[in-house]
Formats: sequence, C-alpha cells, structure tokens
Amino acid sequence: MDSRARNLLDEALGLDQLTQSKSPLGGKAVLIEDCVETSGSFVLHQLIKRLLTATSNSSNVVLFLAFANPFSHYDRILLGEEGKAGGGRSGLFALFANITKVLNSLPEGNRKCLTIVIDDVSLIEVAAHGSSDHVLDFLHYCHALTSNHHGCSLVMLNHDDFYSSMDRPVFLKQMEYAADVLVKVKPLATGLAADVHGQMTVLNRDQCNRRGSLNNRMSNFQFRIKENSVEYFYPGART
Amino acid sequence: MAATKTRTSSFSRNLPAASSAQSPEIKCGPNGTFFVSSGIPDLDKTLGGGIPLGSLVMVMEDSEAPHHMLLLRNFMSQGLVHKQPLLYASPSKDPRGFLGTLPSPSSPKDDKSRSHDAEQEKGLRIAWQYKKYFDNKQDFSNEFDLRRPLDRHFYTTQHVDCISTHDLPNLAPLQERCTSFLSHFPRSDSNIVCTGRIAIQSLCAPQCENSSMEWEMLSFIRALKSTVRSANAVAIITFPSSLVSPSFCKRWQHLADCLVSVKAIPDEDKELAKLLTGYQDIVGFLNIHKVSRINTQVPAVLEATTLSIKLQKRRYLVLECLNQAPIDGSGGTSYGTSGSCSGSSSKSGSLNF
Repeated sequence: MDSRARNLLDEALGLDQLTQSKSPLGGKAVLIEDCVETSGSFVLHQLIKRLLTATSNSSNVVLFLAFANPFSHYDRILLGEEGKAGGGRSGLFALFANITKVLNSLPEGNRKCLTIVIDDVSLIEVAAHGSSDHVLDFLHYCHALTSNHHGCSLVMLNHDDFYSSMDRPVFLKQMEYAADVLVKVKPLATGLAADVHGQMTVLNRDQCNRRGSLNNRMSNFQFRIKENSVEYFYPGART
Repeated sequence: MAATKTRTSSFSRNLPAASSAQSPEIKCGPNGTFFVSSGIPDLDKTLGGGIPLGSLVMVMEDSEAPHHMLLLRNFMSQGLVHKQPLLYASPSKDPRGFLGTLPSPSSPKDDKSRSHDAEQEKGLRIAWQYKKYFDNKQDFSNEFDLRRPLDRHFYTTQHVDCISTHDLPNLAPLQERCTSFLSHFPRSDSNIVCTGRIAIQSLCAPQCENSSMEWEMLSFIRALKSTVRSANAVAIITFPSSLVSPSFCKRWQHLADCLVSVKAIPDEDKELAKLLTGYQDIVGFLNIHKVSRINTQVPAVLEATTLSIKLQKRRYLVLECLNQAPIDGSGGTSYGTSGSCSGSSSKSGSLNF
C-alpha cells in the first residue's frame, strides 16, 4: 500500500499526518466499538494491514492478543502478512507479564513501534469470569504503556451493545474515557443494504494544538467491506 | 447428486475433481470452507450453501412455542443419515428417548407433492430414477418427513452420545464430553474423513441447576466455540433468550457464528392474515441475524432475513420468504420473492379488474 492511497479512515485516525520517527498510531489508544448487527473486526484488520505494510517504518511490530478467532482466520484475511504475534491465555497478570516481556525484548529504539491489538475485550471479561475490575486494571496497565515513556499504541475491539442495557455501564465509560480515538461501528438506520454495509463515527481526541485549545475531530462516514479492502465514503458520495 | 447443487458465489473455489472425491455430505464453500447441511434444504439455500464446518450456530428459542425443536430434529437426523457422529445434550433426564422422535428422510415418491419451479422438478425426476439403481447414493441434504420416525439402526449402531444437563452442578462435565468428542475430528482441509455434530438443547433452561451461572455459561460457550472452530464439526445450541438477562443475551449473540431466532405466530391474528398469503399454513417465523463468516471479513447480506416456517401436509418443514398479500384495490401481483407457487391459491380475493 503506497502512501498515496489514503482513505477516510486514515484521515480520521490521523494516520496521514504522522512523521517517520513517531510510532504508527502515535502512541494512541484506539477503542473500536461494534454490535451484533455490524461487526467491527474489519477495522482491526485494516489497521493491522496498515501497520504491517507501512513503508515509512518497516520495523513495526504487532502484538496480537486474539481471543475471538484462531490465527488461521486472520491469516486468511490478511493474506499471510503476520507480524510478530504472541498472546497469553490464562491469567491476566501472566498475560501482562508476557506483554512486557515482548516489549523489553525489542531493541531500545524500536519500542515505540509496538502496537498491541486486542480482539476482543469482552472475551477477556469472560476469561476473568466477569470481574470487570481486574479487566479494567489490565487495560489500564496496557494503556500506561502508551504513555510517553514507552510510546506503544493500543488497539482494542469491544462490543458496546451489551453495556447499553445496564443501568450504569461503568466499564464501557471508563474504557471510552481512557481511549484517545473512539471508532463506533453501527448498522445503517435504514436497514440492510448490499452496497453499504454500515456507518462509522470516529472521534479523535488530539492533544492541544499550538494555540493551546483541544482539537477534537469527529468524522462520520459509511463503508463497504470487500475481500481485501474496505471502501469508505461520505453518505451519498459513493461512486 | 447434481440435483442438489446450488449456485455459489464468484469467489468460491469450485473444484469438481476434489468435491467428487469428498463424501456427499460435505460441499465446498468459498474461502476454503466446507459446508454441511442443516437438514433443511431451504435454510441451506438461504445461508449460502449450508453451515460452514467449524461454526457455532445459536438458536434463540421462543418460550411460547417449540419451533426450535424442528430445527434441532432436522439437524440431528441429517447428521445420522450421513453417518456423522453426534453428541446430544438436553435438559431432560432421558435424552436418548428423544432420538426416537427424529424424523426419517422422505421417500422419493413423496417429493413429487412439493411444488418446485420446473427446472428443479426435472432434476428431481432424474435423481429419483437414479435412486432406483444406486441405493447408497446420498444427497447433500434431505427432506425429512416429520411423521415418520427415523429407523433405529441409524442411532443404535453408530457413535451417538447423549448427556443430560439436568443434574449437572456445573458445566465442566459437559465441556469435557464436548472436548473429547471433538478430538476425534481434527481439522485437516485436505482429506475430510469424518465430521461431527453437537446439538445442545435449551442451554440455560431454568430446570437445570447450573442455569444461573451466567459467566460459567459464557466461558463454556467460548471454549466450545474455539474447539469447534479447530475441528471438522458443527455445533448448534438452542437457548431460551427471554430467560437470560439482556446484557448476557447480547454476549451470547456475539459469541455465535451463525445466529437465528424462532418466533411463534399468534393464532387468528387478523392483521397478519391480511398482510401475508398462506397465513393459515404458517406456524412461526425464523429470523436470521448472523451468518458464519469464517476466513473472510465480508458480511453476508441475505435477500431475506425473515422466513416463514410452514409444515406442508403437517409432514415437511418448509421455510419460505414472506409473501405479501396484494393490497386492496391495487389489482397487482404480490411483492416479495415466492418460494412456492401454491401461495397463489390462497390469495385473499380482492383483485378488482
């Protein structure tokens, strides 16, 4: 993928503005939310592809914690482009220890190129038997890795439709608060369509710009998923 | 065998040489997947060929009607007819007794009573003639006659395992049985010798001791999903969705690869009777919420996600796209794709010419 093929998602995520020295996602935490009707895993696939095929920085490393599907599934979709993947299974503490082990095994200068991808958070909850405190702690530890000291990036996939029926969706709110970029994937309000698969909203909380005021950017567009790529377009603008 | 071939998408790898070497109960699907039949030809067609191997199918029950049992019975019978080992779990104390209620494949002469479009009818006639000479020739999917029980030899001579979930204090024994069952079907795309089927009825039914252990249930489903995915098998779980708390119900739904729900139809509903043709024959609705997407990220957009469940002659399970009755005064033909031409005989007669 060359640098000219930027699409709406790249712009919304701010991927087109990063310089070579910084890590691909700029040390941000990205939270992707989807629902039963429309799966958001394609966003994960696209991000992983971007990270692994970035021509500007060939030493990108993706640490993939895959709970939802076996690796053969991702392998097939990404057409064999795998990064260094590792993932613990049991014990959140042990899992985090594994992550830091991988991080420390990387050479000093490349630590900012690490992106941790979690597919998906609800399965970590199941593994922790519902103790959302432990899961939140684990996610906060991962988020701490995105601080300036380490500079890693974090991409998480979660499903927000089972929190919406609860009175106090604390878990979801905390994750949304902690995320720098929030991507929400929803079905079309008008129902199923063969040429438009859904719509997405990207909220990018930039750091303060030069004048010192917050620069939140919200983008809203639709998408159509194909075998090897995804088309993004504004409503009604599809050619 | 050609009679049951359905059109596949342009991305599928149609390898006639390889598929003829495979057994008839498996069909090649797109993206390197393989299909097995659900036991209901209409459902197979709607799902794009069948149920992909490695899928976890979940059926949301309607607490007011046992329509999920129709799906389960056909699924189990199809597996037994194809000599696929079966593991069946149920909340009743004697699950083996249920096997006696499984339907038998309908005989070819009964098939003629079903109306198809002309092309398929010709195909059926040819297949029927061949059936005389090839006793062991099997179709990918069979029509089942719900009024004729399955021959006992189908489930007494082969590998059929039953387990009752009624008195289990937790789901660990069930999980162990599933894991050991699935270990017999390791995933190998090159030469699929044997495929297995797991049917779990009414998981989380209130009469079971373990029904309130929600996180354990989720953990079990997640473990089963990943084990099935790496085996040449298909699992189907039915559960009473109205008895599970809403947020957990959503979690269950997310775990499913293929998600359908069944709904009873209210009797004597005048509004619905005006809206649909053949209302009297419909016993319920089947809604398809999710279709298995293994090895691909492209979502499946189905032509119809709601199908009507009909029992033709009270023997054959038929799923049809909904036929809208002609609107008063329009004098035109009904919209919606038609699954059978018998619907025209029961149009409410309000055509004014």
